[in-house]
Amino acid sequence: MKLPLSWLKDYLDITGLSPEDIARKLTFGGLEVEEIKYAGWTMPAYGKDDRREFKTEGIAWDRERIVVAEIREVKPHPNADRLTLCDLFDGTQEQVVLTGAPNIFHLKGTGKLPKPIKVAYAKEGATIYDGHADGLVLTTLKRAKIRGVESYSMVCSEKELGISEEHEGIILLDEDAPVGTPLADYMGDAVLEVKINPNMARCASVLGIARELAALLGRELRDKSTHVYTYTGTQGDFATLEITDPTLNPRFVLGLIRDVEIKQSPYWVQRRLKMVGARPINNIVDATNYAMFELGEPLHAFDYDVLVGRVTNSTHKPKILTRAAKDGEKLTTLDGVERTLTPMNVLVCDEKGALSLAGVMGGAESEVTDKTKNILLEGAAWNFINVRRTARQHNLQSEASFRFSRGVHPAMADKGVSLGLKLISEWSGGTVAPGLVDSYPLPPKDPTVEVTPRDVKRVLGIDLTAQQIIALLERVEFKCEIQEPILDTRKPILDIRYSNNESSNIESSNIASPNIESSNIASPNIESSNIASPNIESSNIASSNPESRISVTTPPYRLDIGEGVVGLADILEEIARLYGIENIPATNIADALPPQIGNPIHEWEERLRDLLISLGFIEIVSYRMTSVEKESRLARFDDHVVIANPITPERNVLRRSLLASVLEAAEKNARAESLSLFEIGAVFLPHKNELPDEPRKLAIVMTGRRAATAWDVKDSPVLDFFDMKGRIELLLAGLQLADVSYAPADSAAHLHPGKAAEIKVGDKMIGQFGELHPLVKERYELGASPVLAAEFDLAALTSAQSGFSLAPVPEFPPVYEDIAVIVDESVAAARVESLIRQTGGRSVTDARLFDVYRDEKIGAGKKSLAYALTYQSPEKTLTDAEAAAIRNKIVKRLEQEVKAKLRS
Amino acid sequence: MNQLNDIETSALQALESVTDEDALQAWKTAHIGRSSPLMQVFAGLGKLSKEEKPAVGQAANRVKLALESAFEARAQIIKDAALAKSLEEEQLDVTLPGRPAPRGRLHPSTVQLRRMLDILAEMGFQVYTSREVETDEFNFQFLNFPLHHPAREMQDSFYVETEGRGDNPILLRTHTSPGQIRAMRDAVAAAPDPANPPPIRIALPGMCYRYEQITARSEIQFNQVEGLAVGTNITFADLKGTLTDFARRMFGQGARVRFRADHFPFTEPSAEMDVECFVCGGKGCSVCKRSGWLEILGCGMVHPNVLMSGGYDPKRYTGFAFGMGPERQAMLRYRIEDIRYFWGNDVRFLEQF
Repeated sequence: MKLPLSWLKDYLDITGLSPEDIARKLTFGGLEVEEIKYAGWTMPAYGKDDRREFKTEGIAWDRERIVVAEIREVKPHPNADRLTLCDLFDGTQEQVVLTGAPNIFHLKGTGKLPKPIKVAYAKEGATIYDGHADGLVLTTLKRAKIRGVESYSMVCSEKELGISEEHEGIILLDEDAPVGTPLADYMGDAVLEVKINPNMARCASVLGIARELAALLGRELRDKSTHVYTYTGTQGDFATLEITDPTLNPRFVLGLIRDVEIKQSPYWVQRRLKMVGARPINNIVDATNYAMFELGEPLHAFDYDVLVGRVTNSTHKPKILTRAAKDGEKLTTLDGVERTLTPMNVLVCDEKGALSLAGVMGGAESEVTDKTKNILLEGAAWNFINVRRTARQHNLQSEASFRFSRGVHPAMADKGVSLGLKLISEWSGGTVAPGLVDSYPLPPKDPTVEVTPRDVKRVLGIDLTAQQIIALLERVEFKCEIQEPILDTRKPILDIRYSNNESSNIESSNIASPNIESSNIASPNIESSNIASPNIESSNIASSNPESRISVTTPPYRLDIGEGVVGLADILEEIARLYGIENIPATNIADALPPQIGNPIHEWEERLRDLLISLGFIEIVSYRMTSVEKESRLARFDDHVVIANPITPERNVLRRSLLASVLEAAEKNARAESLSLFEIGAVFLPHKNELPDEPRKLAIVMTGRRAATAWDVKDSPVLDFFDMKGRIELLLAGLQLADVSYAPADSAAHLHPGKAAEIKVGDKMIGQFGELHPLVKERYELGASPVLAAEFDLAALTSAQSGFSLAPVPEFPPVYEDIAVIVDESVAAARVESLIRQTGGRSVTDARLFDVYRDEKIGAGKKSLAYALTYQSPEKTLTDAEAAAIRNKIVKRLEQEVKAKLRS
Repeated sequence: MNQLNDIETSALQALESVTDEDALQAWKTAHIGRSSPLMQVFAGLGKLSKEEKPAVGQAANRVKLALESAFEARAQIIKDAALAKSLEEEQLDVTLPGRPAPRGRLHPSTVQLRRMLDILAEMGFQVYTSREVETDEFNFQFLNFPLHHPAREMQDSFYVETEGRGDNPILLRTHTSPGQIRAMRDAVAAAPDPANPPPIRIALPGMCYRYEQITARSEIQFNQVEGLAVGTNITFADLKGTLTDFARRMFGQGARVRFRADHFPFTEPSAEMDVECFVCGGKGCSVCKRSGWLEILGCGMVHPNVLMSGGYDPKRYTGFAFGMGPERQAMLRYRIEDIRYFWGNDVRFLEQF
């Protein structure tokens, strides 16, 4: 919502406050100001790099050099047909001003004007926007000759003054504009862009924000009759009403004004509408919009005669009825679009059919035109859900649907219509018909909530007396009644006044906790002299009673207060906001600490990450949303969790495979010399119409060179199966898993059948790894090197038994010996090693394979495995003979079990 | 005796010209080796008369000691010279690059998540993780977002294709807040007396999803860390104290914060916490868009409907909750201009952390 401060001033005295002060107050009170746009008012002089508390744009009008002036005669330019020379009076002297403005061109050469034209006049040296430039470019007026005539000043367009983009003609001010007055004083402005949160729907109007700001400032709203347009209660007789479903349409009000003259609105109205972002149309539409921006109640104007022309009943009066649309029903809205409706849409109809899409947009047929004489004005209340869904369904976001879809209190309907009629009569000269036609079948309950000082203490942590609570809530017009008798007259004792002291908004020790016990009750900025002293309160028993029950009744313009415990929370929020969230102290939690449960799975995953990092892997995080096509490069899955409203077809399912994500990342980085990537995260296994399973996985991909090319490293070998296995061994050792075994993987279709292993801890498979199958690899744009891929199931990995047992550090020296045995190719190295260890028992403390050798001399189909053995006894120093005895036992066992031959 | 003097003189003379190890060894063989003239003198001692023997023997020993000590001295000189030479020759270009060892990196989101969770853990908030695909009830309804409520527009969602679920469709969670309900229900279920569940103090990290166009400023997935404290004695003032402390740990002991009223459906009262820009110290810079303040987190007192959804009686229990974005904080901290870097998985980005 754009809030012109000139308009706000109709409701609130803002003397002494800058736009920044107001913006700050609103922002801290829950109405965040997103931008301040100046159009005339004095701006803070920001340097290019200065801090700006708020995003600031716009232009200030020099009070000396930009003034209201009057054109007294429009004369031809001697050398240019399109230009005119205007005799102008700026309040002190006569000037001649050159202009090409088309909207006064018709007055050229008509002699002295019977009524001078009031204009915005910029003198030499004034800084304004360049009207001819694209965008907003500042320019300073200098003397120049244009077609032989000296020019030094200008009559301004809206663009030149930063009011709008309009540069077709100059501004024609209202007749009563005071000549010679600085323009900034006459119509200067600063507009705040205020974000309206759903709980602040009541503030989507000038009055709404004014009321809130008044409360936050502790000032009174101006006693302006406009916000109390009281409905006289007489029932008009120009139409009849029928509401078929009050839950869709709790209230409907009609007013009539006859004999209007459709024309442009006064300039000040047009300017205000432009400042709030509306386009002036004519005095009727402008009046409905103006009333909406002022009060928050959207209005709709019908051409009354069109409706009368459609009447089929005998009374000759239109009968308006509201109902849900029929499925497939059609209505042409006033933007000319024929809309097909659903029962979610609510219609305003007459006997012949639909007239408008309730709360969203009027229909074309009954629209106000230049020929309209009599206006039927509608103000209503609608179910916000229907309006919201209708606006979305038909993509019709408007100022009206914005308000109705957040909820407008039905009590505003007659106020809105009354204001609309008043404005139309002022601006068009029409005559308001007596009374309103009002049907109000479903008035909302304006909830009454009970609150005690104890509640305030319990939730907000501040000590307020009943009187203090009441004083705060009465500022926003809650009706408060204390349930116990109290001695004190209910005098407002709080005055959270506005202060220029910016630090009041900052959490710091010296202001954070206003001392409730002392006279400065709520605000550090309090002016104690005219505030009732809390000493009076201390003598009052009821006020200091934390159990004092205050019943608080919601004022009839807001719909955001609930009942019961919810209503209490709503009221506590009001108290916190008005007390000032910045004024609530900062304390430490005194409550008991909960039982310490921790999160072992999370901690375990973090340990896994640390281990992987220590092994040189880079962590990646991928989009969970992917496509079946992308994943099917790695593997085909029967089904996926399918996104009903994907942002793009490329992200229309949730991933089934984490490895596919990591391979995609590898593909993106295919140019890197070497890649070692991993990701930890969920995959999603669908269950039809139910929540999916979300098992967590670890996927690893390695490819490229083993060592980075450098000044002394050329053509390093590429990473292969055993590079990955080495990392996995270290990883599992880091996790202190015991009884880890590797076996050829036969279930991993995506891996090379000869270079794939499954990893078991005990009997439990925890993952697979290996080289990517050549056919799978072909589907990715990856380099020539083999691609190693691993995937682990984290649930299996976490639940695998950790097998840490400490080995004593040996005291006696070891005996080292190398042996090489020749075995058939089919004998797995792991088998040989386990035979060595079994046979050697405790005495063989290490058996490290250091060479695998194949050669003709050894024989085809054979290989030589060379082991470095360490013999060591925990009890004594082994002799060579003892070592040899163990060795012989081992060799004999290998001969028996795997037909090994000792290689000499 | 003269012979011994000659042996000594010529040996010492020869040693003068010895300058390297090989020559030194040759000299040793020639002059104090087994077949050297000196040793032959020792060998010939037996043939001498009793009278001559002691004198010659003594003289020979003296010569032997003299030559040996001359040998040691020469050897030391040669060794020193060789060392000096090698030290002089073995000069590296120390400006050549070192040999790289592979270094792993955590994703910047993980780094930031850990910072947050570590600090919260020290403040007593234990990590609670929960599912990423949720029902409408858990993601919205239990959190006081009624059906069709305008507040839902703030969080456009990705829905999962299902049939016949009516008003409880399945969607990707838009925040980690469903975990608040799950954690409270877990605690109620585990409590000996469900009417008196234990206090709760948890941090909820995890990936969330919103239907947004992917741009430099908005993403379809993002991490969130929420905090939740529930108990019988927890106030808005405690919320301010806790978050002020958190900000000091997160952004430095001098970090100043401010709270302003805001609105979230699941908390009431609600507030936004800003921290003074840690880049410019509040003077105004491009990171804080010249405002001097950074929007860091949203917070508030847990809404009574949320407490009730979790099984906690709002008449007896109160609580506060807060939520913040690790990616946003990482962007501020590392001046990352484009949020798309986070899931872009470009190692040239990731390697910098």
